[in-house]
Amino acid sequence: MNIAVLLKQVPDTTAKITISDGKVDESSVSKWSMSPYDEYALESGLQLKDATGGKLIAITCGPERAKKMLTDAAAVGADTLIHIPDDGVTDSTHVQKLLAAAVMRFESNVVLCGKQAADTNGGSTGPGVAELIDAVCVTLVSEVNFLEGDFTTIRPSNSGSEKVIVNGLSVFAFDKGSLELRRPNVRGIMMAKKKPIESITSSDLGVDLDSSNVIMNSQTPPPEKPAGQKFEGAEYVNEVVSRLRNEANVI
Amino acid sequence: MNFTIIAETNGDSLHPTTYQLIGAAASMGSNSTVICPNGECASEAAKINGVEKVISATGDCFSVFDGGAWASALSSMCGKMILISASPNGREIGSRIAAKKGIPIIQDVVSMTEGITVSRPIYSGKAMESLTISGSAVISLRPNAFEAALAENDAPINIIDQSADVRISIQEAINKASERLDVTEADIIISGGRGMGTIENFSHLEEIADTVGAAVGASRAVVDEWGMPHRMQVGQTGKTVTPSLYIAVGISGAIQHLAGMRSSKYILAINKDPDAPIFGVADYGIVATWEDAIPALKSALSDLQS
Repeated sequence: MNIAVLLKQVPDTTAKITISDGKVDESSVSKWSMSPYDEYALESGLQLKDATGGKLIAITCGPERAKKMLTDAAAVGADTLIHIPDDGVTDSTHVQKLLAAAVMRFESNVVLCGKQAADTNGGSTGPGVAELIDAVCVTLVSEVNFLEGDFTTIRPSNSGSEKVIVNGLSVFAFDKGSLELRRPNVRGIMMAKKKPIESITSSDLGVDLDSSNVIMNSQTPPPEKPAGQKFEGAEYVNEVVSRLRNEANVI
Repeated sequence: MNFTIIAETNGDSLHPTTYQLIGAAASMGSNSTVICPNGECASEAAKINGVEKVISATGDCFSVFDGGAWASALSSMCGKMILISASPNGREIGSRIAAKKGIPIIQDVVSMTEGITVSRPIYSGKAMESLTISGSAVISLRPNAFEAALAENDAPINIIDQSADVRISIQEAINKASERLDVTEADIIISGGRGMGTIENFSHLEEIADTVGAAVGASRAVVDEWGMPHRMQVGQTGKTVTPSLYIAVGISGAIQHLAGMRSSKYILAINKDPDAPIFGVADYGIVATWEDAIPALKSALSDLQS
């Protein structure tokens, strides 16, 4: 089984985001990490690999720095590392086309990804790629198993959660669940350093990136909130509750 | 500019976000077409101001949620500009319709003006981004970010029967352990952090939640270290919430927690550390231990209810 895992490198969730000249200043990001939900997709991919004897293909579309994340994925067991240089591509439609083409090029049987990336917070990639490769997609899953030709997974439902079954080419978009993430061992880290990263461009993939009809005007810090009212001591609880009722009208 | 709006329902009634989608479109001068998947709540949708017509989309595929099947069935009913809720299902259907039509999707929009120019939080609210869209697009709107439309209308309803292949089958429904309100649905949330001392002390927050009909949330530390269920986690790797009132108890306010709750309408922070970052985003702050503040809060809120 060929297991494609789509990964994105993002500013670590603990990193401060600063703006300069109307744009997020990437050079000031203190630490770059694999997007948190992607870590669960990768872990589930490794478990599927262990269970089926398959091959795990880690794919990212991003700048040069994202290669480090692919090496990190190799350290825990990714077999093939694919880097698609993003060349300034920001339109999610374009990213989906590139990822979909890479998924097909490696004859993937299943595609795993995070439910959304921690930078754009969109959640478009999993279902969008699924549409382009004519696959079924299940989102917000917490685990995936392969049994007798079918994939079984758990997703949330209105009444709690539900176990669903799909077969054929499938995309699963992961939420943070109860999977325990594995840590690389020394041998894994050493082997990963020697593992080649294959770079595949949009023209290699035969993807024509037409112009985007979405223009980014600016990125700005979040709106400042006026300073709040602060009270010292629990004896002010009644006062605050009455303000919540009379000033804020929320209770 | 006329929008196609894909309604979201709770089964028997329209989800409040549907009124907000219609309100947002109306503020741009749109006479909207509202599509009601599974034919649910079409007559309710027809009463909302700003709706020109309702499409009651019937089809066998709507009995199970399969975003691919729903997008296939709905796509041909959609016009050039499509609005949908930025709920998990909305994001999924919207993404597939956009990919099917080869048009962009802009997720989680919180403001929209003529042009069309939209803004949306990025990096979980650590920054905002302004975008201008020319041509067709799908736009998903963040729940509770737009004014709801009023209902004093009487638009016509067309029934379109269109199905598609469903590729997901449900093997087993697993009911949730607690009947507690979900943090993404609640109008008031009371969340606890490491300052609560132990997981058992959350029972005090639950009592308050029961008094005012609130949901109980938790910080990442409580989920990761104390084993609180992840569905309760508010923050960048948990839920992003926008309640009317967010009460943070014993939560210091790590950047990743603030990212998930800072756009709440009002924030009340209770923390014993006067320098806790949570006070930086709070409208009301009380410097106190939870042991002192929570009993007082409980009795004050109970008094209001009676």
